[in-house]
Amino acid sequence: MTVVRFVSHDGKTHAVPVEEGQSLMQVATNNAVPGIDGDCGGEAACGTCHVIVDPQWSECVGPPGADEEEMLAMNPEREPTSRLSCQMVVSDVWDGLSVRLPEFQM
Amino acid sequence: MTALRTVIVGASHAGAQLAASLRQEGWDGEIVLVGDESPVPYQRPPLSKAYLAGKSAFEELEIRSAEFYDKRKISLLDARVEAIDHSAGHLTLSSGQSLAYDHLALCTGARPRRLLVPGAHLSGVCYLRTAMDVDLIRAAAQPGSVAVIVGGGYIGLEVAASLRALGLDVTVLEATERVLERVTAPEVSAFFQRVHQEEGVSIRTGALVEAFTGETKVREVLLSNGEAVPADLVIVGIGVEPNTELAASAGLEVDNGIVIDDRARTSDRNIVAAGDCTSRYMASYGGRVRLECVPSAGEQAKVAAATISGKSKEIAALPWFWSDQYDVKLQIAGLNTGFDEVVLSGDPKLDRDFTCFYLRQGELIAADCVNRPRDFVVSKRLLTQASRGVGRAELTSAVSDAGA
Ligand SMILES: Cc1cc2nc3c(=O)[nH]c(=O)nc-3n(C[C@H](O)[C@H](O)[C@H](O)COP(=O)(O)OP(=O)(O)OC[C@H]3O[C@@H](n4cnc5c(N)ncnc54)[C@H](O)[C@@H]3O)c2cc1C
Ligand code: FES
Repeated sequence: MTVVRFVSHDGKTHAVPVEEGQSLMQVATNNAVPGIDGDCGGEAACGTCHVIVDPQWSECVGPPGADEEEMLAMNPEREPTSRLSCQMVVSDVWDGLSVRLPEFQM
Repeated sequence: MTALRTVIVGASHAGAQLAASLRQEGWDGEIVLVGDESPVPYQRPPLSKAYLAGKSAFEELEIRSAEFYDKRKISLLDARVEAIDHSAGHLTLSSGQSLAYDHLALCTGARPRRLLVPGAHLSGVCYLRTAMDVDLIRAAAQPGSVAVIVGGGYIGLEVAASLRALGLDVTVLEATERVLERVTAPEVSAFFQRVHQEEGVSIRTGALVEAFTGETKVREVLLSNGEAVPADLVIVGIGVEPNTELAASAGLEVDNGIVIDDRARTSDRNIVAAGDCTSRYMASYGGRVRLECVPSAGEQAKVAAATISGKSKEIAALPWFWSDQYDVKLQIAGLNTGFDEVVLSGDPKLDRDFTCFYLRQGELIAADCVNRPRDFVVSKRLLTQASRGVGRAELTSAVSDAGA
């Protein structure tokens, strides 16, 4: 079973089982991970699903796509490994992946 | 002692969020989410976009999986609520059964406004609010057939774009002088009119529908100037009306929506309400406002859940909205009600990316961002964080940073 960890701003960890092919935002909302709203349902239109990928994993997970980058560019909580979780399609090789949540979503 | 029970009426964006937020607030009583539409709450925005265009399946629309509700002991009840007896604390369902509650939340949403003209009953005259409505439209939407859309609002224009993608011949009839008249500046309306014309849609403004004709199936749309527009399929998108009857008959105050305060409480402090069915006084707009968007339904639902859980949260988030048509992604931050000035960045006459900022008395109140996510992010932040108003100079500098 592949497990991804969401670490909230106050340091609490939610370990969530994931399946290949799901969006990471969907995984988070289906498991009530606090701090991920996914207001636009995954259209890269709202920016309320921002996560910061553990730098050790950033190569494996990959960089944001072009539209996604445009949504992240002006976000004050942007970090080098920021992603919109709705644009991240879970892969089996992500077992052990850890992502951090920003203090505020858009 | 038996556990307290919260009953939520209406299982869509607001109801689903309210149930989830109750658990997040640590509320451990029973939760029953009653809806008359679909077993598992689903997202409405894709209906006129990806779902109509055939780019997503119904299962992909679920807001949260069925398992989510199951795991958190949120019961989904497929039923229609007919009446509220608040003094007795129970609801009457259409089956005749009654359902007792300790806390009640109304998330009954809105329904399409009907166009009451002769021939409105003909088959082929459709509305679009539910997935079932879209299934009907899709079955009738054969490539090459002629679709007439009545109403040039966001939903009408999104439907036009999706039906073009399906290969239909599309005409939009708008009663006023421009599309999106109620919600945008003339510059933005002109932009959307141009884009739709470039994509092959015929847009007719000042077109008042007087009747639909045909035997059993619609054949023509008759306009007030005597003209007959041929149609195989008609989609009417002329706005929505809030579902307030249940609330009104229970004696709650209704004024273009179930009246709520900043904590999502109705005029009866023991009943909360959230979503498209509510209206709320917003000082910055100088009156009662009824919002029709997912982010606001979600925000109100979270606050309603906090109120039920005995916590004190206030509805605060800035209203925002988005719309997809062809390759155009529009993101709107804020409400432009009462604007007296617009500032354009980019050229809406020639390009497909620009932003229209709305100002009132020299201060930013909203922004329509067309293929300009950076401007959207900046505007949303400026509008959310500004405890004082953002003037033109500050706006100009923030936007030039965004363009960098
Ligand atoms: C085609 C379309 C496109 C849209 N696009 C966007 C968009 O891009 N962005 C955006 O932000 N918003 C969009 N919206 C608006 C958005 O869908 C609404 O704001 C949102 O659905 C409001 O949620 P709600 O839960 O308040 O109400 P609703 O979604 O209207 O749900 C209310 C539910 O309650 C049920 N109900 C009512 N009365 C009873 C009763 N007595 N008993 C049992 N059940 C009852 C109804 O059947 C319904 O299922 C769009 C809407 C449509 C139709
Ligand atoms: S869910 Fe809206 S941007 Fe990811």
